[in-house]
This record gives sequence, C-alpha cells and structure tokens, in this order.
Amino acid sequence: MIEPGLDNRPCGGKYGDIVRSIGHTPLVELKRFSPKPGVRIYAKLESANPTGSVKDRVARAMIEDAEARGAIRPGQTILEPTSGNTGISLAMICARKGYPLKVVMPDNVTEERTQLLRMFGAEIVYSPGEQGSNGAVAMALEMAESDAGYYMPYQYGNEANPRAHYDGTAIEILEELDSVAVFVAGLGTGGTLMGNARRLKEENDETLIVAAEPLQGELVQGLRSLDDGFIPPIIDLSLLDRKIFVSNRDAVVWTKRLIEEEGIFAGVSSGAVAAIATRVAGDLDEGNVVTLFPDGGWKYLSSGVYTKTIEELEADGTLETASFW
Amino acid sequence: MPVAKIPPVLRSSTGGEKEVPVEGSTVGEALRSLASRHPDTEKQLFGEGGELNRYVNVYLNDEDVRVLEGLETPAGESDTLVILPAMAGG
Repeated sequence: MIEPGLDNRPCGGKYGDIVRSIGHTPLVELKRFSPKPGVRIYAKLESANPTGSVKDRVARAMIEDAEARGAIRPGQTILEPTSGNTGISLAMICARKGYPLKVVMPDNVTEERTQLLRMFGAEIVYSPGEQGSNGAVAMALEMAESDAGYYMPYQYGNEANPRAHYDGTAIEILEELDSVAVFVAGLGTGGTLMGNARRLKEENDETLIVAAEPLQGELVQGLRSLDDGFIPPIIDLSLLDRKIFVSNRDAVVWTKRLIEEEGIFAGVSSGAVAAIATRVAGDLDEGNVVTLFPDGGWKYLSSGVYTKTIEELEADGTLETASFW
Repeated sequence: MPVAKIPPVLRSSTGGEKEVPVEGSTVGEALRSLASRHPDTEKQLFGEGGELNRYVNVYLNDEDVRVLEGLETPAGESDTLVILPAMAGG
C-alpha cells in the first residue's frame, strides 16, 4: 500500500548549497506557555539556519541585492557594524562568494561571536562595549567615510533587511497557520518586525505587531549625550502596536524557562521575546501568537547564563554588563 | 505621584539623581514637571516645537509611549516613567 505523502518535508528540503538552504525554519508550538485553551503560542526557530541565526536571511538578501544592483565589485571588501549575528552570517556568505569581510563589533559580546567570525575568515574591529551597537555603527560609518573602497550593506538602513522577512519569514509563517493574531519579535535593527509586519498585515490588517526590546544595562549605556542615540532608519513605529522593554534579568529568566519547560535551547533575546509573547497571549480570548526566536544558545554558553543561577549572574555583574542582543 | 527614572547620560542634569518624582496626569505633563524641576533636561528631552527629542525613548512602566498615545499617554500615581537613550541591536 502506498503511504500518503507527508505534509511537512521530512528532511527540510534539498538544496544546491548551504546559502540556498537558508530559511524554511521550524515553527514549534510552546504548549506549556499558553495561558488558556484556544490561545496558541508558536516560536519560529531561526537557530535552524546555517550559521545559527535569523541573520542568515538578512545577510543573504543584502549581498544578493547588492550584487543584482551592481553595487559590489568582485573581491571588494565588505564592512558592516554588528553585535555579532549579522557579522557571522555575512562572514559565511562572503567567504563563499569571495568578498573579504571586516566587521565592527562591541568588545563586550561573548567570546563565541569572535570565534565564529574568525572561523569564517572575517576581520574584526572592536568598538567600545559601553557604547553598545551605537558605538559600532558610529565607528563603521566613520571607516566607510574615510575609505571609499569598502561596501557597507548597513543592515540598519538597508531595505533588503526587512524585505528578507517580507519575502521569506512571513510567507513561511502564513503557509503554516490559518491566522496570526499577534506577531512578537525582538527589536534590534527593526528588520524582522518591519518585514513581517507589512506582510502579515497585508494578509490580515488586524494582526497585532509587538516589539520586545532590550533594556540595556546602565553600564552599556555609555553615551555622551542623548544625541548619541541611534534609531535604525528602517524602523517605522507606525507599524508597531506595542513596544515593550525587557531587562537582561527577565530575558535570562525566560530563556531558562524555555529550556526547562519546552526543551528549547535559545539565545537570550528569545527569552525576552517569549516573556512578551506570553504576556500578550494573556490578553487574547483565542488566536495564534507567533514569535521569532533569533538564535540558539550556543553563542552565549560562555556567559554562564545556562548554568549559573540568576542570583549568581547578578552577583558577578553579568546581567549589568553583558550585551546579549 | 509618578516617578521618572533617569538614565546615566541625563543624570548630570538632575544633580545625579536617578529617580525624580514628577507631577501630571499625562506623560507630557510629567516630563515637563521634570524639566521645570531640572531645567537642564529640557533641551535634551524636547525639540524646539515641544515634541519629544527623536533619540529619547520614554516608557510608561515598560511600554514605549510613542506606540501608545505619545506625550498624551495618561500617567497614573503609581506609574513609572523610564527615560532611555535610543540604542540599537543587530
């Protein structure tokens, strides 16, 4: 007897190379986080991407867009500010395509990010950790201005960033679910939220879009003035229905809950997203809440987040000084 | 009375105070009461037209007021206004 075909691809698909395999990530229900019957919370696990994060989608989109426009010369050096994930994604893709890569990254990110960047052959320039990503952006922009030989994709202002989600992530979500009541994602560059918001609201303009953003510890708010603040140009606040900050402490608490209650080993920003998703799910009578977990926990192992208690992490200063986003 | 939490970058304008009691029934009124108590904060918080400075995020408890009702967002007695510089991730 011939068995009926499976609805889901049993092996995740067959691809010509690793870059082609980016995306098509699993959507996993968080049954234990659901506040009531009829309200379902799903997490899109972007750790399943080749370099382990959602940024593979963005890096591929930005480079391929630049190539299509003729904006990159063969062998040209790519320069990009990053808190880690985008740099790592770019490093893999640039290595495959023959572009040298230089990244500007805060010096207080976890050691694993440095190792992954070096593994893929990227050159790293460190910016002051206490200025967070703002400092990396400022430094990279200065470098780009002083040397026209660089091409900077500039994820913070590049429409290919949200478009990767409009054309990819959101479509994948809509293929799996009949409806999305709320979409919750972390706010870093804004790409995930903007791209998914536009596509999901096209499908159903009542879909709520909720941003979870990091409450940066005081020791990483090393700005000289409020004018040193930075808002990525791609962010359009009118697409958001709520924007809620999450402390490092709460993000870590929920990251631990993901392991303990759902068996999901996710990065710390995923914990923050889970916290907010569960909160907004409590406001619904019924419906699907979809979240995006940007990466797995591998890059944060050295921080001790997964093995130390919250009290230990507070005592040793990790929660105040670490940059997890 | 609501309380405003002051970020490190603004504390030199509040005499080093990390938390300042403020008055008002909206976020805008509360911020203006902060500015009248600590005049050096005014130009950092507000633009020339009285709108919130582009690079300042203000949260009512933990929600960005720009995505609520902006400066008209109601603020209650037990609310906390959290003022933060705009910081990006990625």
